[in-house]
Amino acid sequence: MYEAASSYISKEHEKFLKKVKRKNLMIRVTQLAFLIIFFVVWEILARYKIVDPFLVSQPSRMLKTILTLNQNGTLLTHIWVTLSETIVGFTLGTLIGMFVAILLWWSDFLSKVAEPYLVVLNSLPKIALGPIFIVWMGNGEAPIITMALAISLIVTIISLQTGFKEVDEEKIKLLKTFRATKMQILTKCVLPASVPTIMSAIKINIGLSWVGVITGEFLVSKAGLGYLIVYGGQIFKLDMVMTSVLILSILSALMYVFIVYLEKKLIRWR
Amino acid sequence: MHKIMVSLKNISFQYHTLEGETEALKNISFDVYEGEFVGIIGPSGCGKSTLLSIISGLLKPSTGSVEVNGKIGYMLQRDHLFEWRTIWQNVILGLEIQKILTQESKRYVEELLVKYGLREFKNYYPNQLSGGMRQRTALIRTLALKPDILLLDEAFSALDYQTRLAISDEVYKILKNEQKTAIIVTHDISEAIAMCDRIVVLSKRPAYIKRIYTISLTCDDYSPIGRRKAPEFREYFNSIWKELDIHV
Ligand SMILES: Nc1ncnc2c1ncn2[C@@H]1O[C@H](COP(=O)(O)OP(=O)(O)OP(=O)(O)O)[C@@H](O)[C@H]1O
Ligand SMILES: [Mg+2]
Repeated sequence: MYEAASSYISKEHEKFLKKVKRKNLMIRVTQLAFLIIFFVVWEILARYKIVDPFLVSQPSRMLKTILTLNQNGTLLTHIWVTLSETIVGFTLGTLIGMFVAILLWWSDFLSKVAEPYLVVLNSLPKIALGPIFIVWMGNGEAPIITMALAISLIVTIISLQTGFKEVDEEKIKLLKTFRATKMQILTKCVLPASVPTIMSAIKINIGLSWVGVITGEFLVSKAGLGYLIVYGGQIFKLDMVMTSVLILSILSALMYVFIVYLEKKLIRWR
Repeated sequence: MHKIMVSLKNISFQYHTLEGETEALKNISFDVYEGEFVGIIGPSGCGKSTLLSIISGLLKPSTGSVEVNGKIGYMLQRDHLFEWRTIWQNVILGLEIQKILTQESKRYVEELLVKYGLREFKNYYPNQLSGGMRQRTALIRTLALKPDILLLDEAFSALDYQTRLAISDEVYKILKNEQKTAIIVTHDISEAIAMCDRIVVLSKRPAYIKRIYTISLTCDDYSPIGRRKAPEFREYFNSIWKELDIHV
């Protein structure tokens, strides 16, 4: 009675596909070209002293910084410290946030009780808590991870909770006509329906975890990219600062790409 | 005498909210017999969905009693297929919830898919299907649990007119074929006459029963489309239209 979509491709459609492909390629090429030009111009301007390389650094000097830092093996340590803190903070933020959001979805009473606290905690600038964390937890990784958690957790809870609430009541009613338990409503409908919300919360969460970790490292640290940035700033070594910032942006971009990949795998039905 | 499948006695219902009390149903009583298709028709917002929720047990009546002899399947106003599940995963949802996903029940669902032309689409996602196919998927999801009584709440209202005629015809045949009893809520007077043996006309909210029509049509083809051609069709239509008393 109905025909499944055929695999036959007409000439016209082929042309169309080619055009789309060409356009996508052009976008990539332009993006890459922009990046290369940016660094080349930076290098030239600095080399001919049009801008002061002492203040704005210079790609070749950044490369040298990477090599020297790498020689004594400290660069990888710094990267690893920051990366691991971010991953731990991010994972904790996502898991705890998810758990609390589920709890608040489960109990309307709890959610009403928690509401004003969430609002206040959300608007509080979390950096203000930094000194408290340091006093409580010393100057290791703990206060830094806690900082990342403090910054990302409340946002995660609020956005997940909103997402859960927006799940179509009628879908839940449908499950109730099958006599579903509350647990089944959660696992069969609310969670899967919220996958897009969860993914976007995760994306925001990653960004916030980086902010939290770097902020934490600014306040208290003996290693990490945040430490390099602050230290470099204090001894006026802008090369070190710029290099760290560059590495930081590459890392966060990679992490983001990974999440987008994960999202594609999870939301196949779109 | 036919067996009584659903018996409603003096049902009343009020919704309670902070803004106040909404009286939705007032003293509703009627019986539905085995194999019968009963239509429920009434102005928008009068309490039709509420009545179905009460019959299905999702809501408890404020007063009165409901007696149901058999398993109920409920089709909501829209198909509510889960977009993240394939057609197959959607049709077995009820079985999964009730933990009766056995080899045998799977085979039964498979048969339904074959019978109603959806087998090749098993692994498609709902948004790859037409409205009519989605509606059939929703119906199979309901039938998978082998209900004796089907509650249809404007199950076709989201479809365009042509599809709607075709689907209501199809659903009618499927349900008669599977020997189900059905309670069909609709806004569409023609649809009610074409599909139902009796029609309960409700008043504006709070709904009480204004009149119950027994539909007897003379025609050779007893499908809904055939029934629409019966000479008595117009009379019923006009009479119910008057009874509904809709002012704009
Ligand atoms: N959960 C609720 N809380 C309060 N009032 C409600 C609730 N659900 C429905 N109502 C009210 O009860 C009345 C009957 O609602 P119901 O959905 O049963 O009507 P209906 O006849 O199915 O309407 P429609 O034809 O639009 O589908 C409406 O006036 C509605 O506003
Ligand atoms: Mg309704």
